[in-house]
Amino acid sequence: MASTARRDAPEPPDFGILKRLARDQLIYLLEQLPGRKDLFIEPDLMSPLDRIANVSVLKQHEVDKLYRVENRPAPSTSDQLCFLVRPRVRTMRYIADIVNADKMSGRSRKYKIIFSPQKFYACEMVLEEEGVFGDVTCDEWSFYLLPLDEDIISMELPEFFRDYFLEGDHRWINSVARALQLLNSLYGPFSRVYGIGRCAKMSYELWRDLEEESENDGQGRKPEIGNIFLMDRDMDYVTALCSQVVYEGLVDDTFRIKCGSVDFGPEVTSSDKSIKVLLNAQDKIFSQIRNEHFSSVFGFLSQKSRNLQAQYDRRQGMDIKQMKNFVSQELKGLKQEHRLLSLHIGACESIMKKKTKQDFQEMIKVEHALLEGFDIRESTSFIEEHIDRQVSPIESLRLMCLLSITENGLIPKDYRSLKTQYLQSYGPEHLLTFHNLKRIGLLTEQAAGETLTAVESRVSKLVTDRAAGKITDAFNSLAKKSNFRAISKKLSLIPRVDGEYNLKMPPDMAYVFSGAYTPLSCKIVEQVLERRGWQGLEEVVRLLNGNEFAMADGAPEDGAGGDAQRVVVAVFLGGCTFSEIAALRFLGKERGCRFIFLTTAITSSARMMEAMAEAKA
Amino acid sequence: MDCYTANWNPLGEEAFYRKFELYTMEWGLKEDLRDCLVAAAPYGGPIALLKNNARKEKSPSTRPLLEIYSASGLLLASIPWKSGQLVQLGWTASEDLLCIQEDGTVLIYNLFCEFKRHFSMGNEVLQNHVLEAKVFHTEYGTGVAILTGAHRFSLTTNIDDLKLRRMPEVPGLQKPPSCWAVLTQDRVTIVLLAVGQDLYLLDNTSCSVVTPPGMSPSAGAYLQMAVSFNYRCLALFTDTGYIWMGLATLKDKLCEFNSTIRSPPKQMVWCTRPRSRQRAVVVAWDRQLMVAGDSTECIRAGLQPPATFFPRALSGRHRFVLDEDSYLVPEPDGVRILSRTSHEFLHEIPEASQEIFKIASMAPGALLLEAQKEYEKESQKADEYLREIKDQKLLPEAVSQCIEAAGYEHEPETQKSLLRAASFGKCFIDKFPPESFVRMCQDLRVLNSIRDYQIGIPLTFTQYKRLTVEVLLDRLVLRRLYPLAIRICEYLRLPEIQGVSRILAHWACYKVQQKDKSDEEVAYAINQKLGDTPGISYSEIAARAYDCGRTELAIKLLEYEPRSGEQVPLLLKMKRSKLALSKAIESGDTDLVYTVVLHLKNELNRGTFFMTLQNQPVALSLYRQFCKHQERETLKDLYNQDDNHQELGNFHVHSSYSEKRIEGRVGALQNAVDEYYKAKNEFAAKATEDQIKLLRLQRHLQEDFDKPYLDLSLHNTVSTLIQDGHHKKAEQLYRDFKIPDKRYWWLKISALATRGDWEEMEKFSKSKKSPIGYLPFVEIAVKHHNRYEAKKYAPRVTPEQRVKAFILVGDLEQAADAAIEHKNEAEMNLVLSKCSAATDSAVMEKLNRARAQLLKK
Repeated sequence: MASTARRDAPEPPDFGILKRLARDQLIYLLEQLPGRKDLFIEPDLMSPLDRIANVSVLKQHEVDKLYRVENRPAPSTSDQLCFLVRPRVRTMRYIADIVNADKMSGRSRKYKIIFSPQKFYACEMVLEEEGVFGDVTCDEWSFYLLPLDEDIISMELPEFFRDYFLEGDHRWINSVARALQLLNSLYGPFSRVYGIGRCAKMSYELWRDLEEESENDGQGRKPEIGNIFLMDRDMDYVTALCSQVVYEGLVDDTFRIKCGSVDFGPEVTSSDKSIKVLLNAQDKIFSQIRNEHFSSVFGFLSQKSRNLQAQYDRRQGMDIKQMKNFVSQELKGLKQEHRLLSLHIGACESIMKKKTKQDFQEMIKVEHALLEGFDIRESTSFIEEHIDRQVSPIESLRLMCLLSITENGLIPKDYRSLKTQYLQSYGPEHLLTFHNLKRIGLLTEQAAGETLTAVESRVSKLVTDRAAGKITDAFNSLAKKSNFRAISKKLSLIPRVDGEYNLKMPPDMAYVFSGAYTPLSCKIVEQVLERRGWQGLEEVVRLLNGNEFAMADGAPEDGAGGDAQRVVVAVFLGGCTFSEIAALRFLGKERGCRFIFLTTAITSSARMMEAMAEAKA
Repeated sequence: MDCYTANWNPLGEEAFYRKFELYTMEWGLKEDLRDCLVAAAPYGGPIALLKNNARKEKSPSTRPLLEIYSASGLLLASIPWKSGQLVQLGWTASEDLLCIQEDGTVLIYNLFCEFKRHFSMGNEVLQNHVLEAKVFHTEYGTGVAILTGAHRFSLTTNIDDLKLRRMPEVPGLQKPPSCWAVLTQDRVTIVLLAVGQDLYLLDNTSCSVVTPPGMSPSAGAYLQMAVSFNYRCLALFTDTGYIWMGLATLKDKLCEFNSTIRSPPKQMVWCTRPRSRQRAVVVAWDRQLMVAGDSTECIRAGLQPPATFFPRALSGRHRFVLDEDSYLVPEPDGVRILSRTSHEFLHEIPEASQEIFKIASMAPGALLLEAQKEYEKESQKADEYLREIKDQKLLPEAVSQCIEAAGYEHEPETQKSLLRAASFGKCFIDKFPPESFVRMCQDLRVLNSIRDYQIGIPLTFTQYKRLTVEVLLDRLVLRRLYPLAIRICEYLRLPEIQGVSRILAHWACYKVQQKDKSDEEVAYAINQKLGDTPGISYSEIAARAYDCGRTELAIKLLEYEPRSGEQVPLLLKMKRSKLALSKAIESGDTDLVYTVVLHLKNELNRGTFFMTLQNQPVALSLYRQFCKHQERETLKDLYNQDDNHQELGNFHVHSSYSEKRIEGRVGALQNAVDEYYKAKNEFAAKATEDQIKLLRLQRHLQEDFDKPYLDLSLHNTVSTLIQDGHHKKAEQLYRDFKIPDKRYWWLKISALATRGDWEEMEKFSKSKKSPIGYLPFVEIAVKHHNRYEAKKYAPRVTPEQRVKAFILVGDLEQAADAAIEHKNEAEMNLVLSKCSAATDSAVMEKLNRARAQLLKK
């Protein structure tokens, strides 16, 4: 590994056990329905399931045929149907339709619904209303955590973002608390807990309640993870909205990494078929470039290919015995490396092509201008032109949001005209999208925010007890001031560098945005860990609307406690981006600690924008 | 100690029986026991008495009195009996009193004479009245068997799960049977009855005549029968004084005995010890008591003046004193004998005690006890005895024997001396596991404390082990002896949740019934004592308070419940739905919130329901989420209720998507426009109006040009029109929809380029001054690989962008000229970077020169 750690960061704990637990439970649940059965799988669960148990494992446990849960009648002829689903009302209706259709035709089968990660009462309500509650049996597959990589754990709940932040739906908080409990029981007890954000706080409180109820004392066990930091996505939308320029982020923005793997199309593979590649620390090439700024990736790859060639070239001048050795021991590795290398070179070329075509450089320049807060008029014109030329609906929306959130809302004239332009370009149905963006606070009009925060603070003054405190939660979906400019100044998020920013040997986390901006979320983590709490950050906390907490539970003093105290779980409620991951990995390397990422899902600006769009019918 | 065996009476070769006093009864009973209805619960349970029952006249002053005493004769409670004529009293396994009335109604009281509930034994019993009744205990629970006036039997095997069974008729039965008993065999409950010399067995379906094996033919008519505690043995007494003892299956005889007493006994009960080979029954007449077993001899007791009493000298026969009218209570390991003045226990001496205390016993335990005594006297005999045991290698056995025997002793002094002996013996054994000794010490401590006069539960060690400590604790709780129960839990170090917490919870449940204290006081007292003890469920206590009609107290208690989830169901039950809703929300458990919401939905009318939700945003958003997928119409009602016109507008827009027909879609959108206006959202209203306009227009276009236009954005509509050459129409839209100039120019040139209509583009470029400049023309032409056209526009590009334009069209020379003209180093560098040494050396040279000149200045 090329990493040059100042102080060795501890190795991450082995998260393989999470997979084994999930697999064992799934097998147990499948065996609860003995005999041959057809399995219907929710499309969202396919990739995660694939990482846990492949088809042959399912076949071993008498799964006959596999179907996707989709809006089409099921052609299954089996007498036993098993549904592996997320707890969603829509899916319940789909199942109810199948059951009712069978009833109409006088057919009797066994139905079993396995909810992952948990069952919701609302689902049972729907089954009851559709009159099939008595015909199905329900189970829960407590598959909360999927390790995507040695340091990334995902809950694979992309809907968390919209459900909580837009709809104010608290269902998933319980799942988060249970996930934390699971993690704590396997790798804890965590001695230090930090967090910021309403959802983070609620999740933390619920988790603490769960721990109290279970009375499962982890005392005496040696923890592998000592610290945990919880953060709501709405603490920092800016970072998630910026164009990503580290390699992994770019691959995600360009090709969409799905559940830790990516489909490289023909333009990358330079053949006529797509190749599915698992992107993780096992990939020797990828693991060296994933966190690098894109500008240094090409150089690295060409250096790498020269080295590889040199290794191949050693064959010349080998005698038979050496050759035999080479073939049996090194050649396979080299070939594998070669294959990966050519894939990543292909991916780079493809990225380059796309990015230059769309005036990527100019867009980055605008983004940086927005982050730093100058040339607002020019940037607005750029965005307008972007819309007028129909460059990309998602990108246009992203830029509008970035403008709004860095400027604390658009001035009324721009707000109206940009929206009008957008509707003309990309269709009138986006009227609802704009409404959603306003509600979540991503695209707002200036001045309106003022009155809202006033109301909110008055309400929070009136009510002090815990129950009533939740009333104010309702306001979290309403627009609130982002205060980005002030926070940026307080935390010096815009690095002051004389001369060129050294992207090859970056001095700080800002490198993930070409040295123009230090991701706010990561900066908060850095500051809190450094200060062991929120002291001295009062002003920032106030600007972020509070809800911070810090708890040190019998934490050992500095230096004591071993490696676990240098392992930090960073929990992102609502998703985190690869840029943030890269930034914190960099910070970890600098500080000799190891970050583990626990996120409700990997996100990106595009995914966030898509989540805000109102689905047609 | 020397006359320890003084009260031992031998029966046959091996067995000894002894009777000793448990308590002197101080209940000051004036009546004779025979004038009262008596019921004593097994396992040292309470005693129920009904006085004056026999008197028929019902003047209020002479109402029968129901009294309940502890086994030591302390009055627990009493009430005047105001209900119907009682036939029988009995105790359930959980120490509730069953009062069986003549009309077949069974009333259940707790041991403080508090009425719990009642049930009836059925119509047949009601009509024919109860002649006799028996309460019995099986593995199913407590049962009641009734003999009715019509000489029919009815029974239930479990009063908590009442299933009445009417037994088949006994053919030719004209008068009540002389005696009967309930048996249980292979989990089936049957009735055995005797009529004269005949025995009948009644099971569920049939009645059969049975003859006990080995029954003497001249035995005569049956007068009395007794079933052992475990239902295994049966004893029959006939009018010739003959007693048959055998298995209850009537398949085997165990022994027989001839008492020569012909009068019918008042009571006959079995007196055996678990795992003993010895079988014996105790028969009681008015003034006589007899223990009869497998021996020609028996043990008798009659009414003797105590002063002259000296059994052995008197008759050479072993006798028990029976001074007064007595009542027998069968126990699993003996018989309790109740009388007006005393309460005694009669049992067979267990083997371990026999071995140790039998006169001149050489059993290891006996020797050890002796050794220890000598040791205390500091005599060397102690060593001799010890050696004797050790030589036989029987020391561990001796210790075990002493420990075991200690358990059977009632007197703490005897217990102590045996335990001392055991402890002494233990010292000489290398590895004697200490558990049995420690356990026994603990058990005896518990037993001695509950046998205390004040507590009055005379449990023997055997009974205690059968009952288990958990049940014993329950019984203490039933008697409201909370402090003692807690002390026992603490002493035995029982886990808090099963021990102390459970008892505290019971205490609290009792406490909430104290009506004389205010809600605040009670709640405070409970919280003081219980605090945060693990395993305490405040919600259960609150539920009890609510059952007692103290809703306010229940709510106060719920405040102490740390798990909000537990508070919700009770709050719902108490109809505090709004409080329940906020607690559910507080719990963070959305399932719980849904539960309450659904409950409210059914309980309240729609208007109130919505109002309640409006005040609870969390619940409201959950319900909205549900409605969005399941009941969209409800969603509309929700918004309507709230006058949320913005959301209503969105709702209509959303539903327009699912409309297939244009008219439907326009209609929905029109609704949306109205709502948006009401919401004062002019932007949205305008945008929607535009959409309606566009939709209508697109329909026309679609009809006119026979091409799909619907669902295109305005931009795409205009763009398609231009691509198809409908420039006029496009112009019209441009004006109608006030498309900004810039957009229109962008749109038009790219559409024209796509169409390849360069001529039109040139015309357009000259129509007026371009609002987007001319660089886009260049760009778009280059994009479509038409350099020729691109070059046309390059010179018209503004000077600032001209370099870029020339580079785009590939004219480096002009680009260089422009850059030099601007004296702009960056531009020069840009051009330079595009130059290749092979072909553009002249340009490069020119640029380098210009740059050098520039730098000089």
